[in-house]
Amino acid sequence: MKECKSRILAGLILALSTPLVWAEYELNLRQGVTDISHQVYDLHMMIFWICVIIGAGVFGVMFYAMFKHRKSKGHEAAQFHESTTVELVWTTVPFLILIGMAIPAAKTLIAMEDNSAADMTVKVTGYQWKWQYEYMDGDAKGVNFFSNMSTPRDQIENRAEKGENYLLEVDNPLVLPVGKKVRFLITANDVIHSWWVPDFAVKKDAIPGFINEIWTKIDEPGVYRGKCAELCGKDHGFMPVEVVALEEHKYLDWVAEQKAAGQVAAAEADKEWSKDDLIAKGEGVYNKNCASCHQPTGAGLPGVFPAITGSPIATGKIEDHINMVMNGKVGTAMQAFGAQLGDVDLAAVITYQRNALGNSVGDVATPQQIKTKR
Amino acid sequence: MSAVMADEHHEEHPKGITRWLFTTNHKDIGTLYLFLALIMFFIGGFMALIIRAELFQPGLQVVEPQFFNSMTTMHALIMIFGVVMPAFTGLANWLIPMMVGATDMALPRMNNWSFWILPFAFTMLISTLLMDGGGPAGGWTLYPPLSLQTGTALPFVIFSIHLMGLSSIMGSINVIATILNMRAPGMTLMKMPLFVWTWLITAYLLIATMPVLAGAVTMLLTDKFFGTSFFNAAGGGDPVLFQHIFWFFGHPEVYVLILPAFGVISQIIPTFARKPLFGYSSMVYATASIAFLSFIVWAHHMFTVGMPLAGEMFFMFTTMLIAVPTGVKVFNWVATMWRGSMTFETPMLFAIGFIMMFTIGGFSGLMMAITPVDFQYHDTYFIVAHFHYVLVPGAIFSIIAAVYYWLPKWTGHMYNEKLGKLHFWLSTIFVNLTFFPMHFIGLAGMPRRIPDYSLQFVEFNQIATIGAFGFGFAQLLFLYIVLQTVRGGQKATDQVWEGAHGLEWTLASPPPYHSFTTPPEVK
Ligand code: HEC
Ligand SMILES: [Cu+2]
Repeated sequence: MKECKSRILAGLILALSTPLVWAEYELNLRQGVTDISHQVYDLHMMIFWICVIIGAGVFGVMFYAMFKHRKSKGHEAAQFHESTTVELVWTTVPFLILIGMAIPAAKTLIAMEDNSAADMTVKVTGYQWKWQYEYMDGDAKGVNFFSNMSTPRDQIENRAEKGENYLLEVDNPLVLPVGKKVRFLITANDVIHSWWVPDFAVKKDAIPGFINEIWTKIDEPGVYRGKCAELCGKDHGFMPVEVVALEEHKYLDWVAEQKAAGQVAAAEADKEWSKDDLIAKGEGVYNKNCASCHQPTGAGLPGVFPAITGSPIATGKIEDHINMVMNGKVGTAMQAFGAQLGDVDLAAVITYQRNALGNSVGDVATPQQIKTKR
Repeated sequence: MSAVMADEHHEEHPKGITRWLFTTNHKDIGTLYLFLALIMFFIGGFMALIIRAELFQPGLQVVEPQFFNSMTTMHALIMIFGVVMPAFTGLANWLIPMMVGATDMALPRMNNWSFWILPFAFTMLISTLLMDGGGPAGGWTLYPPLSLQTGTALPFVIFSIHLMGLSSIMGSINVIATILNMRAPGMTLMKMPLFVWTWLITAYLLIATMPVLAGAVTMLLTDKFFGTSFFNAAGGGDPVLFQHIFWFFGHPEVYVLILPAFGVISQIIPTFARKPLFGYSSMVYATASIAFLSFIVWAHHMFTVGMPLAGEMFFMFTTMLIAVPTGVKVFNWVATMWRGSMTFETPMLFAIGFIMMFTIGGFSGLMMAITPVDFQYHDTYFIVAHFHYVLVPGAIFSIIAAVYYWLPKWTGHMYNEKLGKLHFWLSTIFVNLTFFPMHFIGLAGMPRRIPDYSLQFVEFNQIATIGAFGFGFAQLLFLYIVLQTVRGGQKATDQVWEGAHGLEWTLASPPPYHSFTTPPEVK
């Protein structure tokens, strides 16, 4: 029985060490696309092999003893039980191996923590359950948007076939130029999140009230996907990170597009909005920003997230409703959406909540009304 | 003559339920602890199977995300505080008085109380699942601000943690008082069995750290209900402060869960190798240094919170250092087996399984100590694989080994060796099927604590789920074997195992109600 087990084991080890198998099933850490991520990968592999060698030695001796020094083979027990020399050896040798591992590890760590001389800075803010990206300087200064998971509910609830990037795709990815040292300022609005892109070997907690720093310099254009790594509530599994790395000139094109789109949005706010238009627009805003908590039907989750249907606030005085949505409620998961959404979106979602989801108050919140409350 | 009469008087004890309710006897209390742990093991295991069932396929099938999160949270709280800790306390109760040559524990009434708190604490904890807003869903680590979003359950969870802490502290005081005061004449500290040594050190760890946890959760309570801002940046507090306090408790806590296991393994290996433990004193020193180091490594659980470089360096180096005394232990066990005369009864099989798989968990632990690489591992399934390797085929295997090893002493009956071996092989195969693939999905980038995952992780998640169900059902066999042995079976001798040494093996099987009424002489 034991022989059989060791043969299976040998087979397994062989299978795992065949690079082909590794690639196919994604068994290992990703090498990534930055200098740092390569260093991290090399460290990982170095320690892995050290562990394998030590393990093979220790288990080898143990299995040898188990086969040879057994009573059924008539082996008599020796009675030795102490040796200071041996103890000293197996305390000192591991210590030296550890020093050998610590030196390259410390070097990489120092390089990772060197946030100086960045070419540009992006502020990343974690929300329940989406990311906000703000370009703080450089060509894209002022560009600012939210990034929500774009995988449809139907795929999650098994009503539609799952796409290739299931749970790893967003509506507005973070766009960065290659070859530039990008510094991230990472924070959060509600609870702790963690911004992680495996291909950059970047993972940093987003903590409300504190700003963390981390940087990357991407070598190759491409799309790099990651996830929120720190448990942040119900939809923690549904807040991916998607980064698109572009050549410098394509990046500049993208920046120009963003700036133009900003002007269109500003013009929309001055237009006259009919009630039906607001409700129609509000549905989209609601499903994107509110439905994860208050549920697509408006029923909420009892005890955690209140219902909108029949809610005393969503069916009460409109000032209170606007106030709740714009300023949120401190100490709860209800965020201050005033800082996240534009005037039109706010007016639309409030009008939608009052006149849909089973409510029919009848009144309307206008973008102008929102503007005066800012 | 009068001595005999006194003995008879002592043998009288209530029968039925009051025997268990009012008992101050270390064996009865030990039994209660062990059965509580067994029941909680199946409850916590059931929750694990809910988690694994949801993760069998991508998409949401079995449970809602919020409930999924409360399952991961409850599973951890129950397995740590309701299974491993009570099981070790049960073993301590049964074994320490018999091993040091005492009649009973030093503080029998407190002993009763420290046990009977627990069923109430766990009933309260589990009942939170039925409350408005559901059970706690912010992870067993209870990090604010997320944990402050818990519904009605929060104060109940905190109070149940207070009760568990109280119970552990009282249990530890009892262990220390017994070991320091009630050893038989001639049993110097350096002659104590290693199980007693590891428990002595564990008890000090518990006394030092449980109040810290109590403090941390109390601060959560006041933040939520009494307007303080310990962990709220908007009020001048710091959410990361909680993590520092929590892990100052939490890291020593992981050694609370493993040091007694080291003790158990150090008893079993020499018995079945028929050879004294190699390097007894270095084992004691290694245990003590692990305990000391456990107080200065806590921040390796939180490398990604954004510490200063010097802090990250310090915690990286101290964490790596723990590998040295841990390595010494493994080397000593292997040296004990070397040139022994080994047989492989069930306890020995579980002990060897422990050494192998605990070491695998140790290796992944060493990998995680390397801060720059830990940034990649942190909060992924690689971590989940690591701590399940040290806790399931680690701590849990050691507890199972201990039960097989001492059950004949406790009950006077031998267990069914064939079934015991079957239990070992099933457990070992399934435990690896469950947790080994988690290394791969973790490295490939699957975060922990998610109810749904992307498509590249499907195969290994399915293997893990199959393994988990297999492991769960294999434990029903354990339940059967234990109950069968309690009820009857081949009579056990006093020494039980040919190679067993130590005071507990000089008593009858089963031992008298009061272990050593006249202290034995230890030479
Ligand atoms: C992260 C979860 C979350 C999201 C997203 C969210 N809310 Fe809320 N919301 C809450 C919670 C929690 C409360 C209850 C606050 C309290 O304790 O009073 C709440 C309360 C409300 C109320 C008052 C309901 C009542 O009867 O008390 C309204 C109105 C509301 N939210 C509107 C919105 C709108 C509009 C959006 C989207 C733009 C939104 N919420 C998004 C969590 C959320
Ligand atoms: Cu998050």
